[in-house]
Amino acid sequence: MKISFVLNNEPTTVDIADGTTPLLWVIRDTLNLKGTKFGCGKAACGACTLHIDGVAIRSCSYPASFVEGKTIVTIEGLGTAKNPHPVQQAWLEEIVPQCGYCQPGFMMATAALLHQNPKPTDEDIDQNITNVCRCATYYRMRKAIHRAAELTPEKEATSDTQNS
Amino acid sequence: MAKKNISRRKFLVRGGLGTAGVLAVGTYLFRNPLRRKILEQVDSGEARYLGGGMEPMLWFEITKVNKVILHSPKVEMGQGTFTGLAQMAADELEVGMNQISVVHAASMSGNMDKFATGGSNSISGLWQPLRELAATMREMLKLEAGKKSGFPVDEMTVANGEVNLGRTTMTYAEIAENVTDWEVPDAPGLKSLDAYKFVGKPIPRVDLNAKVFGEPIFGLDAQMPDMLYGAVVRPTKIGAKYVSANTSKADAMPGVVKVILEDDFVGVIADSFTAAERAKEAIEVTWEVSQSWQTSDIREMTKVGKGDAFVLQKEGEDLSTEDGLIQMEFTSPLGAHAQLEPNGVVAAVDGDSVTLKLSTQVVALTRKEVAKRLNIDEENVNVIPTFLGGGFGRRLHTPHAVQAAVMSKAVGKPVKYFFSRKEEFQHDLFRPPTHHQLKAKLTDDGHIAYLQHDFSSGDVAIDAAMVPGFLHTVLGTDVGAIRGGFCHYGAIPNLRTVSWHVELPFATSWWRSLGLLANTFAWESFMDELAVRAGKNPVAFRLAHIQDDEKGKRLKAVIQAAADKAGYQDQAVNGRAMGFAASTDAGTPCAQVAQVSIESNEIIVHKVTCAMDPGIAVNPDQVRAQCEGAITMGMSATLYEKMDVVDGELTPTIYGPYRMALMKHAPKEIDVVLLQGMDKPGAVGEPPLGPIGAAIANAVFRLTGNRLTDLPLTLV
Ligand code: FES
Ligand code: FES
Repeated sequence: MKISFVLNNEPTTVDIADGTTPLLWVIRDTLNLKGTKFGCGKAACGACTLHIDGVAIRSCSYPASFVEGKTIVTIEGLGTAKNPHPVQQAWLEEIVPQCGYCQPGFMMATAALLHQNPKPTDEDIDQNITNVCRCATYYRMRKAIHRAAELTPEKEATSDTQNS
Repeated sequence: MAKKNISRRKFLVRGGLGTAGVLAVGTYLFRNPLRRKILEQVDSGEARYLGGGMEPMLWFEITKVNKVILHSPKVEMGQGTFTGLAQMAADELEVGMNQISVVHAASMSGNMDKFATGGSNSISGLWQPLRELAATMREMLKLEAGKKSGFPVDEMTVANGEVNLGRTTMTYAEIAENVTDWEVPDAPGLKSLDAYKFVGKPIPRVDLNAKVFGEPIFGLDAQMPDMLYGAVVRPTKIGAKYVSANTSKADAMPGVVKVILEDDFVGVIADSFTAAERAKEAIEVTWEVSQSWQTSDIREMTKVGKGDAFVLQKEGEDLSTEDGLIQMEFTSPLGAHAQLEPNGVVAAVDGDSVTLKLSTQVVALTRKEVAKRLNIDEENVNVIPTFLGGGFGRRLHTPHAVQAAVMSKAVGKPVKYFFSRKEEFQHDLFRPPTHHQLKAKLTDDGHIAYLQHDFSSGDVAIDAAMVPGFLHTVLGTDVGAIRGGFCHYGAIPNLRTVSWHVELPFATSWWRSLGLLANTFAWESFMDELAVRAGKNPVAFRLAHIQDDEKGKRLKAVIQAAADKAGYQDQAVNGRAMGFAASTDAGTPCAQVAQVSIESNEIIVHKVTCAMDPGIAVNPDQVRAQCEGAITMGMSATLYEKMDVVDGELTPTIYGPYRMALMKHAPKEIDVVLLQGMDKPGAVGEPPLGPIGAAIANAVFRLTGNRLTDLPLTLV
């Protein structure tokens, strides 16, 4: 079946045999974007987190056919080394990753949280960031989330000034 | 100058067992010199590099744009080794950090680690050889520059990947161009520590960008042209033996290319991961199961007194039959690795040769096993390691590479194959359960007169494919289970430590820090109890039992530093209490203070203060990161983690039910103090896992008056 959506700003159409295939595998194998990770396949770890219409979704448990007409952002579309998203900038500053495998999922979950709640408290973070990091980099992640919250308005403010 | 024979060169040739500086192992073992030396090495963590690659050219590639690529025989699993190695090499090679990158050396490159990445010894083991190799490479470049320019070598200066030749300069790339026959001088002297620009500095990780921007660097991201997907049917019951399989349904399923029945496994190859997984589910396998195990069986087997005993330390008199003995028992459960990236591999068999890409801690062993199964030369197997999505010891055996190679051969195409999460949990090589008995006698003035620790554990190193079998015959004990089992308080006059080994019905193995977590939980909970019974402050009590040698000095220093930094108090204040514990692992002493409260019957760890002396911290930021991670992982094992055995099945099989520390549980403050009590780098990745369990339990005791003796700690 054919499914059309916008992926990291590009209109995209895939033709897959089985629409119940988890979106994760369409992203990773059909579209060859490997930044979205497989950790459990059961919505239990968050390694596969991406954005669908701005909301953090665990793509391992999301049938590909549901994405018809929607907008997907993956870690590759969040930012680049030249133009990092504030969350990525904060992650760089705090030197968060260890093995790194869980990190795209955490950054996507954080970006979605900050979108809804630009200044999350520790408690907001505890309740919303429920991914698993086995290297247990949580201490730096928390610092990075607060740092990203600081960076977000500043960046917007700067671009506003530049635009005016 | 004549070209020197490389094999006679002095660097890197450090065979044999070596001798440790400080003897921590009791005199009992001295009767057998071989035992003594091996155990001293295990206990001291004295590292040595057991790799190939004597020639600098195997390590350093100089690119046309004047960058250096370091081909590392050690793998990067998050521990930051690539960054430390790059710092060491860059300083001696005289290149900037932006001029050096690190890649994994493939087995065919000739720069293969013959043993493994693990044991917290990558940086310490390569400290001397890698700097010598880099310094030699720098001198080789100068010699070539001399040949090309005629400028005298001893008047050259070197900086930022360029050799200054008086009025002109040559870049390393210009010098290296077209050189095929390098002249290799003897290893030159190394720079003094204070001349280093990068070693000792908190340089950002070299893999930071790749990991923040989601680059495809992991084993599960690897692919090869025309690749198919494999899956292997695995039993859910412990000890299940394959009898037969009905594959007719799977054969007919869409996307299935082939189902293969080998003597030891059933595999299916399909055109997508989902198709392979669905076909796997449709294969009906008959297994033979002889016994339906339960957790209680495993606990019973793991009791001190049930397996084989081995006396590790024996000092002074045996006072275990005296009156007034203080006795306690502790246990730790079966633990899972639960690393985020499941095990997997891509294999391509092409005639008599094989290429494999995977996350592994054992390149050499993987190569050997694949060659053996396919009956080809090891030289024809190219193992290309990728970044590991977590190691923690789980990838010290990666035999799924063999299955992928067999599947690839069967279909004549590359095959990618990886574990489901359920398979990861059920077929993990677990952290073994342990049982500990401690006995002590105090003198009237509150000093320990006698201390005995008996601990029982399933396999850690025994039966591990990586460790030569003879080692255990020589040792009579499990070199992994005994980590942390040695008493590090040298001023106790009468001491016994005894390790008991049991055979469990499933594989147990290496889990970050091996026996350290459980052994230290037991030791240091007991030390706390003894301090209380003696009416002493736990910090002062520990200090009073430490000997006055070099090792003792370093241990005292971290204990004092942790207590000072945390402002350690023996009494609970406003519902919060501090717990203290210390350990020495692989030569690195570490002390921690956990600040704990109890809220809604849950143990909450607010802050952990950690003082550690790993010698030279090549990258202090990454040493801190390892402490933060190890503390939080250790806290997770202390409070939440356990596997159970129910009706012959290992369970749970998914995150969530397998409880682990998440963001909401992790300490909001981790304060790390680094001391440098020796002039070389020591172990970092595992030692900080030692104290945390007892530090938390000791704090809980101060809050409740109850001493919790079983991991994971559960409030009654
Ligand atoms: S892979 Fe999707 S939540 Fe774990
Ligand atoms: S960095 Fe390794 S799992 Fe999070």
